[in-house]
Amino acid sequence: MLLIPCPHCGPRAEVEFRCGGEAHVVRPAEPESASDEVWRDYLFVRKSPKGVHFERWNHAHGCQRWFNVARDTVSDEILAVYRMGEAPPEVGR
Amino acid sequence: MRYSIINVLKQGLAGQKGWQAAWRDATPKPQYDVVIVGGGGHGLATAYYLAKLHGITNVAVLEKGWIGSGNTGRNTTIVRSNYLLPGNEPFYEHSLKLWEGMSRDLNFNVMFSQRGVLNLCHSDAQRDAYARRGNAMLMMGADAELLDADQVRRMVRGLDFQNPRFPITGGLLQRRGGTARHDAVAWGYARAASELGVDIIQNCEVTGFVRDDDRITAVETSRGRIAAGKVGLAVAGHSSLLAEMAGIRLPIESHVLQAFVSEGLKPWIDTVVTFGAGHFYISQSDKGGLVFGGDIDGYASYAQRGNLPVVEHVAAGAVALFPALGRVRLLRSWGGVMDMTPDGSPIIGKLPIGNLYMTGGWCYGGFKATPASGWCLAHTIANDAPHALNEAMSLERFARGRAIDERGAGPRPNLH
Amino acid sequence: MSQAFRLGSGGRIDRSASLRFRFDGQSFQGHPGDTLASALLANGVHLVGRSFKYHRPRGIMTAGSEEPNALVQLAPAKARTEPNVRATVVELKNGLVAESQNRWPSLGFDLGQLNDVLSPLFPAGFYYKTFMWPKAFWERVYEPRIRAIAGLGVAPAKPDPDRYLHRHAHCDVLVVGGGPAGIAAALEAGRSGKRVILVDEQAELGGGLLALPDAAVEGLDELAALPEVRVLTRTTCTGYYDHNYLVMLERVTDHLAEPDPDLPRQRLWRVRAGEVVLATGALERPLVFRGNDRPGVMLASAARAYVNRWAVRLGSRAVVFTNNDTAYAAAFDLHRAGIEVGCIVDVRPEPKGKLVAEARELGIRIRAGSVVTGTEGPLRVNQAVVAPLDQAGGIGGYLGTVEPCDLLLVSGGWNPNVGLFSQARGRLRFDDALAAFVTGDASLPREQRLRSVGGAAGDFSGFDAPPTPLLPIWAVPSDRRGKAFVDFQNDVTAKDLGLALTEGLRSIEHVKRFTTTGMGTDQGKTSNVNALAIVAETLAKPVAEVGTTTFRPPYVPVTFGALVGHSRGDLFDVERRTAMHDLAVARGAVFEDVGNWKRAWYFPKPGEDMHAAVVRETRQVREAGGILDASTLGKIDVQGRDARTFLNRVYTNAWSKLAPGMCRYGLMLRDDGMVYDDGVTACLDDRHFHMTTTTGGAPRVLAWLEDLLQTEWPELEVYLTSVTEQWATMAVNGPLAREILAPLVEDCDLAAEAFPHMAWRAARIAGVQGRIFRISFTGELAFEVNVPADQGAAVLAAILEVAEPRGVTLYGTETMHVLRAEKGFIIVGQETDGTTTPIDLGMDWIVAKKKGDFIGKRGLERPDLVAGDRKQLVGLLTKDQKTVLVEGAQVVATPTGRVPWPMLGHVTSAYASPNAGRPIALALVAGGHARHGQTLWVPMPGKRPIPVEITAPVFFDPENKRLHG
Repeated sequence: MLLIPCPHCGPRAEVEFRCGGEAHVVRPAEPESASDEVWRDYLFVRKSPKGVHFERWNHAHGCQRWFNVARDTVSDEILAVYRMGEAPPEVGR
Repeated sequence: MRYSIINVLKQGLAGQKGWQAAWRDATPKPQYDVVIVGGGGHGLATAYYLAKLHGITNVAVLEKGWIGSGNTGRNTTIVRSNYLLPGNEPFYEHSLKLWEGMSRDLNFNVMFSQRGVLNLCHSDAQRDAYARRGNAMLMMGADAELLDADQVRRMVRGLDFQNPRFPITGGLLQRRGGTARHDAVAWGYARAASELGVDIIQNCEVTGFVRDDDRITAVETSRGRIAAGKVGLAVAGHSSLLAEMAGIRLPIESHVLQAFVSEGLKPWIDTVVTFGAGHFYISQSDKGGLVFGGDIDGYASYAQRGNLPVVEHVAAGAVALFPALGRVRLLRSWGGVMDMTPDGSPIIGKLPIGNLYMTGGWCYGGFKATPASGWCLAHTIANDAPHALNEAMSLERFARGRAIDERGAGPRPNLH
Repeated sequence: MSQAFRLGSGGRIDRSASLRFRFDGQSFQGHPGDTLASALLANGVHLVGRSFKYHRPRGIMTAGSEEPNALVQLAPAKARTEPNVRATVVELKNGLVAESQNRWPSLGFDLGQLNDVLSPLFPAGFYYKTFMWPKAFWERVYEPRIRAIAGLGVAPAKPDPDRYLHRHAHCDVLVVGGGPAGIAAALEAGRSGKRVILVDEQAELGGGLLALPDAAVEGLDELAALPEVRVLTRTTCTGYYDHNYLVMLERVTDHLAEPDPDLPRQRLWRVRAGEVVLATGALERPLVFRGNDRPGVMLASAARAYVNRWAVRLGSRAVVFTNNDTAYAAAFDLHRAGIEVGCIVDVRPEPKGKLVAEARELGIRIRAGSVVTGTEGPLRVNQAVVAPLDQAGGIGGYLGTVEPCDLLLVSGGWNPNVGLFSQARGRLRFDDALAAFVTGDASLPREQRLRSVGGAAGDFSGFDAPPTPLLPIWAVPSDRRGKAFVDFQNDVTAKDLGLALTEGLRSIEHVKRFTTTGMGTDQGKTSNVNALAIVAETLAKPVAEVGTTTFRPPYVPVTFGALVGHSRGDLFDVERRTAMHDLAVARGAVFEDVGNWKRAWYFPKPGEDMHAAVVRETRQVREAGGILDASTLGKIDVQGRDARTFLNRVYTNAWSKLAPGMCRYGLMLRDDGMVYDDGVTACLDDRHFHMTTTTGGAPRVLAWLEDLLQTEWPELEVYLTSVTEQWATMAVNGPLAREILAPLVEDCDLAAEAFPHMAWRAARIAGVQGRIFRISFTGELAFEVNVPADQGAAVLAAILEVAEPRGVTLYGTETMHVLRAEKGFIIVGQETDGTTTPIDLGMDWIVAKKKGDFIGKRGLERPDLVAGDRKQLVGLLTKDQKTVLVEGAQVVATPTGRVPWPMLGHVTSAYASPNAGRPIALALVAGGHARHGQTLWVPMPGKRPIPVEITAPVFFDPENKRLHG
């Protein structure tokens, strides 16, 4: 049971949250002119690193705010938590 | 030595000393016509069908650990072909037919047991959805029966029909579905492939690909460089990592799916029962353990272990469905790493590099697909073109907008 | 029967009281403080079970939760029956009834033992090699036999009558294990004022100390006096999850004969700990020799516990077989208790030290450099065969000498109990001196803050007889053919391991899976290290190279009841009811589940079935009127400067010009272009909107919109609030709708000119301030009345008082479905399945071409979404005008065909329509928009395909005349 440090509420148990998948996926600014491949990448293609993963979490049963988490997908260590819109931090072991 | 009752009896008198290794523990040769990466059921089946049906025997199967150590040995062993969509169902039905002949084809008892797979329904809307699926299955040549509550009652004892949220109103039954012995599938394919000349190379981790323009010329491994005419990936759970080594990004995220087994019990449930609305399914193994599964943990993971919320959720599903299970004990849990695709359906076919092919993206359902996955990948590799059965499962479908979305959950890999 | 094998004095049992219990139909007595195992032994019962595969007689091997053999069924055939219970951990209580398992007809004479005789034919994995012919025989003949013979206990047949609770706790230090090391750790932390939880699986603290003669457990008084220390006994830590989260099972009433009915049976503790101290001790290991499974063969440490703690005279003559010092202490305890110790068979050629000297002083014979090569005895050991080891580690053809005994103590060394450490993702290391896995280097994820102490850390300095020096011996040479067990419960022998290796299954995981070693209910606690070492020895590799074991939760099996806690029966899932629910119940409604809601499905009059009720309701609505409880529709309050921009982006149509007081229907897509949800949204004022969603979609739509606002469009100033439960909604439909409402409505003119279609007005209805929306899902003149939820029932009652005398009825969701289908209105989730676009639905009109980007716009333009072969919404009319199609039926092009029969589409909705005068259906059919007028067929299992005509999906009032009353 992960203990996730919500930047607004503090550390809370995993069951209060929902994971929203990879962070920093950018919706193409001009969808009209985006190619099918660009649109595919936006809709479907995701990073799936073995190691540090930047992902979105929502404190669904709490403040309901979205934020970003850097988590290790093998050890489940939470390496950083940062707000929406912020750039991913330098993390690693 | 052929496996048969006669030989088991003979060996019984000879102290079981005469058996040989089920497969040759090969050391890598410098070059193969086809290199299959991944020694799970899918990779071994691919090698077997390449040798048996396409006459391609200079084949190596490279396995990072021991064969069957991935999801082949970490699932709940359910086999079924109860799919809705034309892109899926003929493939799974072909797979089921291969299962029906597998033990004798491989001369290895994989203990495929057609004890039926029953999907319970709890509302009118769900029943309509099952009717649609059952009718589609029948049209595509599979078997399906829509049961009412009384028929379900006669078939499965101990169910709670009166749960206030999920009263059981009936179910969709596929009698030809069932379970098999998961490890035996890997061992059986390995033994049969090895006899046809395939090299099965364990403890051989692929670390990279050597490329020449639009082709892969060799794979780098922990046991040295191996030249390859064609390369097939059968590494579900880690497909995106291997594809990335070849410079390809896939629409796949890896997630953990847990499974559970209870202590051994005398025969208690004969059929595979799934409680889709509660994310729960159950069967009983020949050893007597009740085998359970549930939903994924919900976040990307390679941990091969799960967390508590899903354990509790699965247990709640079990007791909601079977109130007598409250006193039965959960013995063991384990986790497998799943390739989750954004439409819940697999990818079998060519990748954007000339001689690179893959089978993967199996989400929850790779075990049942083992034979057809190998069969189709072998066909695709041998002919450099997909078979009709796996044509819809191409990687291109995502750009074109022809997703095979059984659940209709849309492009969120953790919702399928 | 008296306790003939109870020692005259000693033990931690209460001799002043007697408890009666039954085992296999026979009545026995024991004392408070006994376990079922100690009480059986005190009555001379050593044979307690039969093994899994060969049905060999089995006894009691351990004194703890690692017991592989002594599994019994408690309270057989009762609702509270429990299979596979370890007799070694069952506290004796008055009236306890237990039965042996896996035997027929009786424990003493079990026909299953034939398997043992035939066992040369059934080695590990034999089933992979046979039972393949004839094909049908596997399922019909072989497998049912295997299943019947396999399995252990019998699952309960009745619902579990007990209650289970969950407790959540936080602490600074969680100490697992209440032996001396754990007590010391708890004291140390407690003295500094830390919040401490100390758990132990036994009934009293003391751990291994309790098995010592005249055990004295120190520190308990101080522990009890420390205010921040909580001690939980009868509590087993079963799971060590991520981020220092642990799960513990407390057995609250299992040991009580007549528990307080207010107490739960078990309590599952979930603890987030600042630091964890693992003081879980160590587990002794058996030795692998021929006949090592006979009743009477017991771990040396277990024998000490039975003699010292429970004052059991275990036998009359014991032999001790060991490769280390610990068993010497056991021999002394037996000796002191008056049990003759025939000899100590010590694998070590020259054992020396204090204990060895003491043995000699006591006159106990030591047969050094020797092994037990086998045992005999039908239902209990009656002799051990002892032979000296030669230089090569064999017995050189020496047949050995017979040592008569009815008790054989074994000690193969100790395994630090590292299960929880491993669950916490700690790596293990093989220690050659201990010949066991110990906690490895600092490899833990940083959130796992823990340390191991005492035996769990491989530190045996607290033992009165440490297991060193130790001379490993794995597969003990055998005097003759016979079985030497590695995994007792799963009947895996040393020879089976060899067979696996012969067959090329060389990885330890392959060996385990092929032989099933370590897969029993003891999860390999007594077998894993022996199995690994035997494999390593056979392959001539160091153990560390062959592999390790990964421990997975739970440490001991956990009841489903405890895992589930309250989440069962009525509390398995949330059930939601509307404000008007009771009113519907009073009118005889039958309910259906829609999402978590209970919705009135139909309102049968006496004698009506569903069909009759729905036919009547659908007629009544169109002839007079009808009222639907629509409260379950999701309602989202949308406010803020950029509310319109937001609506423009999430709906396919344009919202810039919707004036206050007006409503509009909107369709939401996902970004892949598929229909996601729909509903009517009203403009309250320029920056305030009232959005509605489907019933089932409400939570996910709100979550998704929040996601977009927070992450995709943070520049928009919009605030969303769910108001679903704030409003009770009743839709008044039909030609009389206006007349019904008029007398009840104040401050609002219902006339058509003043209150047009797709407008909304604030109003008082039956004296309650609310809102009225003139929107229609039936095609009739309709008003949706919204009032605060707590007034809903009263307002509806007032409306019904006017309505019912005029022939206006309450109707349910089924009639709602029929009425909307007559008009060709879609239901998201019925006409759509997540793979349907608005174009497929013929709803091009709602997809704005000019307003700029919105969610789903680009997705709709992907090549295969604009292809003409997509399934499109059409109407279906059965040619015979009688047959009602079945929802979910498939549509094909030809009246005859063979499987695989290509499908063009499927029926999404199908009803008898009294208003259309014939059955109607909606369907999604490939290229359907261009097929109007064509005849297609609907095949049904076992029937002739039904011919249908493709039509537009509107069957009633196509000109929308009725909408205006």
